[in-house]
Amino acid sequence: MKRKRILPGYNLTLGYTMAVLSLMLFLPLAALILRATSLGPKEFVAAVWTERARAAYLLTVGTSFAAAIVDTVLGLLLAWVLVRYEFPGKRICDSLIDLPFALPTAVAGLVYSNLYVEKGWFGRYLVPLGFQGAYSQTAIVLVLAFIGLPFVVRTVQPVLESLDADIEEAAESLGASRWQTFWKVIIPALQPALITGFALTFARGLGEYGSVVFVSGNMPFKTEIAAVLVVSRLEEFAYTEATAIALVLLAGSFAMLAAINGLEWWSRRYAA
Amino acid sequence: MSIHIANVTKRFGEFTALDKVSLDVPSGDLLALLGPSGSGKTTLLRIIAGLEHADDGVVRYEGEDVTNKAPKDREVGFVFQHYALFRHMSVFENVAFGLRIRNTPKAEVNARVKELLHLVRLEGLGSRYPAQLSGGQRQRVALARALAVRPRMLLLDEPFGALDAKVRQELRQWLRQLHDEMHVTTVFVTHDQEEAFEVADHVVVMRAGKIEQAGSPQDVFDHPASPFVMDFLGQVNVFHGRLQDGQMHVGNIAVNYPEYTHAESRDATAYIRPHEVELERLPGDGTRLPVKVLHVNPAGAVTRVRVLSEAFGWSLNVELRPERYAELALRPGDQVFAVPKRVRVFMSDDYAI
Repeated sequence: MKRKRILPGYNLTLGYTMAVLSLMLFLPLAALILRATSLGPKEFVAAVWTERARAAYLLTVGTSFAAAIVDTVLGLLLAWVLVRYEFPGKRICDSLIDLPFALPTAVAGLVYSNLYVEKGWFGRYLVPLGFQGAYSQTAIVLVLAFIGLPFVVRTVQPVLESLDADIEEAAESLGASRWQTFWKVIIPALQPALITGFALTFARGLGEYGSVVFVSGNMPFKTEIAAVLVVSRLEEFAYTEATAIALVLLAGSFAMLAAINGLEWWSRRYAA
Repeated sequence: MSIHIANVTKRFGEFTALDKVSLDVPSGDLLALLGPSGSGKTTLLRIIAGLEHADDGVVRYEGEDVTNKAPKDREVGFVFQHYALFRHMSVFENVAFGLRIRNTPKAEVNARVKELLHLVRLEGLGSRYPAQLSGGQRQRVALARALAVRPRMLLLDEPFGALDAKVRQELRQWLRQLHDEMHVTTVFVTHDQEEAFEVADHVVVMRAGKIEQAGSPQDVFDHPASPFVMDFLGQVNVFHGRLQDGQMHVGNIAVNYPEYTHAESRDATAYIRPHEVELERLPGDGTRLPVKVLHVNPAGAVTRVRVLSEAFGWSLNVELRPERYAELALRPGDQVFAVPKRVRVFMSDDYAI
């Protein structure tokens, strides 16, 4: 039986959505899978599970995770300051938060590597202290943290703004200290936004290429991320191996997305 | 726990929210702070709770000066207009919050929360989240949460303001009942005079940062201290006239006002409540005002009639008992006679002795 719909164009819009999804997402993915599966199972494993590739996966996930943690803490602080306090230049600060969105990531990579190399503005003080801010794993975390920061700020900010002052007052009148109010009332209220921000930053880190390639030094086993590995395989004209690694990355990304969605769903369980 | 407020002043920038307010709330009292918005009633409540700091003046609980005490150490239960429930916590956890903060043993928390959920008639809903409750239920959770820690007093800021009429009515009566069982000193803020009169032992009427009148509901209603109170506590008919030799003349009706016996006439205002006017078919002895019936609304517990005095150009609202209305059989256009049974006269503000 055909149901009456109030909004017209259901079939048209659904068809359009499916067409765009197919053209932009499913077809390229299918091509990727097809290409990669032209390898036999043994060859596939041999291509994607080398020591160098494992080191690259681990580094990619590890640095993205670390950057996401750093950004969650920093982003919360920034959002807090921007929402709770008034100070001169607040609006400018607020718009500067989005800079990493607009800046070509290669520029970020260049700037970071120039700042932290031995003779750079920061590096000349930090390198003698043993802090290697360029061409190291730390460098990757630093630049990923820069690129992912707006995600946390922009997800936490509106939630923090909509948080009524009266829940804090209620906690206080029930005997909670400022510290208890923060941990037991404010943080749990922000938790879904923090998780979303964390997830976006993490996902962004996994996919980042342009900036990392400039700051990491791309040393196999040490500072070579998975995306860089794919490129270097391509440069060696090993196209099938490259697509095989790409397929692993794709599967990994899907798994992450699923896990993150599950986590977000769980963190919003109390919203009816 | 009695509350004593002495000379409390609070300014927000240029705006004076409270101007040297003094008030005593006896222990075990149920008191309503009544006033229009901007009258300072919520500010006063928040100062009692410690959520706002007085610029000047003293707040004491019993004998103890708490003016500079933080809200968390005051042991007051505060209920907000919009409930202020913790959305990420279940009903049970909301009610348990204050107890957990105090490191109460688990068994005691469970017993106390159960007791309170019973008290607010929300047994079985402990595992729900606030988003899954109706407004009335949420406000009851907020009350249970405030009461769980056995507060020294209960303060409510327009507690039923966001609820619909029927739920409001129920919760009002229930609050009264609860207070009668627990005898905890309670102050609540409202702009609804009906609510204040129905629930409170004492009513404090506020206006522009000052207390206009305080007393029992009957006192305040029967003997309003000012035209403002008269006007605020329900519908009134207002007439401007002249006062002379102990009498005010409202049209062809003279009203005694023995406080002013001078021969020189003064501006004055007469206030008549709609239920304190009677309508008659007969002209009587000439102290009745001839009026024409404009409109009759017989729906409700009283019949509302609007009449017009053509001689003076006044229109008047009258409330009749349905029996009386049936007896008179009024129709729009009928000529009848209005008899004010009670008139309150206030000399105009510009007159001061």
